[in-house]
Amino acid sequence: MNLRPDPTFHPTAQLAMQSPVENYGFTVMLSPDGAQPDGIAVVDLDPGSDSYGQIVHQVIMPNTGDEFHHFGWNACSSALSPLTGHAFLERRYLIVPGIRSSRIYIVDVKEPLEAKIHKIIEPEEVFAKTGYSRPHTIHCGPEGIYVSTLGGGGADGTDGPPGIFIMDCETFDIIGQYEMDRGPQDKHYDFWWNLPQDYMVSSEWGLPPQFEGGLVAEDLLSNKYGHSIHFWDLRRRKNVQTIDLGENHQMALEIRPAHDPKKSYGFCGVVVDTTNLQGAIFTWWRDDDGTWQAKKTITIDPQPADPDDLPELLKGFSAVPPLVTDIDLSLDDRFLYVACWGVGEMHQYDVSDPMAPKLVGKVEIGGIVKDTKHPNGKDFAFGPQMVEVSRDGKRVYWTNSLYSTWDDQFYPDDEGGQMVMARVGDNGGLELDPDFYIDFPEGYRGHQIRLEGGDCSTDSFCYPNV
Amino acid sequence: MSAELTSTAALWWAVLFSGVYHGVNPGMGWPLAVSAGLMEARRGAMAKALAALAVGHLAAMTAILLPFSMMTLLLDWQSEIRIGAGLLVVAMGIYLLINRKHPRFLARVPPSRLALWSFLAAMAHGAGLMLVPIYLGLCGTDVADAGHQAAQQLMGQNILTALTVAGAHTLAMTFAGGVLAVIIYLWLGLRFLSKTWFNLDIVWALSLILVGAFGIYSAQIGH
Repeated sequence: MNLRPDPTFHPTAQLAMQSPVENYGFTVMLSPDGAQPDGIAVVDLDPGSDSYGQIVHQVIMPNTGDEFHHFGWNACSSALSPLTGHAFLERRYLIVPGIRSSRIYIVDVKEPLEAKIHKIIEPEEVFAKTGYSRPHTIHCGPEGIYVSTLGGGGADGTDGPPGIFIMDCETFDIIGQYEMDRGPQDKHYDFWWNLPQDYMVSSEWGLPPQFEGGLVAEDLLSNKYGHSIHFWDLRRRKNVQTIDLGENHQMALEIRPAHDPKKSYGFCGVVVDTTNLQGAIFTWWRDDDGTWQAKKTITIDPQPADPDDLPELLKGFSAVPPLVTDIDLSLDDRFLYVACWGVGEMHQYDVSDPMAPKLVGKVEIGGIVKDTKHPNGKDFAFGPQMVEVSRDGKRVYWTNSLYSTWDDQFYPDDEGGQMVMARVGDNGGLELDPDFYIDFPEGYRGHQIRLEGGDCSTDSFCYPNV
Repeated sequence: MSAELTSTAALWWAVLFSGVYHGVNPGMGWPLAVSAGLMEARRGAMAKALAALAVGHLAAMTAILLPFSMMTLLLDWQSEIRIGAGLLVVAMGIYLLINRKHPRFLARVPPSRLALWSFLAAMAHGAGLMLVPIYLGLCGTDVADAGHQAAQQLMGQNILTALTVAGAHTLAMTFAGGVLAVIIYLWLGLRFLSKTWFNLDIVWALSLILVGAFGIYSAQIGH
């Protein structure tokens, strides 16, 4: 407990943008075959430092086969609402779940160069206290730490629907299920909210048998992955509306609400449209009468390809789908970054008008067919995937792995982990920094990145911009 | 007589001071009024939020003080009641000192129900209890003057005192919180929100202990 609010908590997104820039990043190190334990790499992001752009510390876990994916902070700017009653938490711990093992690590990063494991929550405790498995997205909010899960109970995670559970934000004890009325929600992936407006939005990937062993082509072609987004009364813990984006819009993944809580809209990325292989972004918003709406506002076309250049899964289509796997919104709600993992492109859209996004920047790197090299001449395995934007919006970092078994299906010949960075022009435009290129240690792939002091997909703000 | 007047005046000042003390603490809610004003982009929304917070706080003060105003009827037990109340307040302070976790149910109140939140927050933190020894002190000085008044009349007087104490305290609280909210909203901006926020958990718990101890002490010396 601090005597003053943590200096990395900001009342508004605007103030967060003006805060000092990040000195460190924390990136998942994933051992795709479980041969080595997974870990968190501490990356030096201070350009003035001798070890800039290098992994300067690793927190390696004591178990193998956890499969790290997403992770988050124990506390963020959401603590600055008197309603939460915990204004004096420290942003100090990373909550790192294993989506294969259901084990959760609490990593103390107060001293980034000496980051260490603070606590381990064993899978049995997660199962017993929540009835869920395969914990995934982390957000800190009114009642503590909220964790979304991808699986329900039972060995294969299909005994009951997955959902969200709550953890105590000081002791990290698991409290229990979040939902009081989940309505038709039966799959889960991401979630985020608007705290003053008291709503939450959640999305759907698929159930564990649909992803753990690899993408199930029959399920995809018969539209059996998730294609709905759910709107919740956050504090009443009740699903108030479900919007089906259309069954062809397979895998509605990342939810990115506008950071300014005065706005009642946000975005959701859809991996693939099974009718035409397009990737898509939906804008969702609340009408004047309180009902939620969603409309497709960005489509990204597949690119024709020689079947010889394609993995088994795609040979029949003679095209490579963009595969929109991650999106991220800058803190000024101006630029939406869209990772097109299949074609090897990172797109930057100006979403000042959320209903009419404009493509204003693009970087090509990796990709199933193009396999574009980094400007420094080195290879980039797979494609651009987990993307994180600096608070000031000037630097965009990303890594390359999607999910162990899926990487192997779409990129059977690739291996390795890289983290790169692109710089943003004043009015958009995106250019890879030739000097920033981190090659991960042998046998590791990279996944989600978190920036010291918060980034564009962690903090929830309780006060509107002025 | 003049000593009694002085101590009555001091007690009323304590009522007002505790109001200001509660009011300036961001944890008691004034930042929510700033948020409401900014969310709706009008000052009226801020005033409405401040009013809701005041109503909740007033209800919490009244809910705690009224039962004690009934008890003041038991004239023969007056000093025991005051000592018991003092012990209760001290116990609440010690409890808050040991258990520093904020009750999670407060976080379940929707932001649209500020009056309810303010009521529950005041109850959970013993804000009303802090007033009890002061209030009983005020009744005590009245009673000394009117020891042989009819019971009914005395009860009416004590209820009136309870309501006045709750009202004066809430006014002071709302004024203090409102001044901060307006300054931040109109001039300083939200950057100063974090600067006004101090972790008062320990100070708060100690205040309860102090006020409770004062209640016990003053009961014993017979004021």
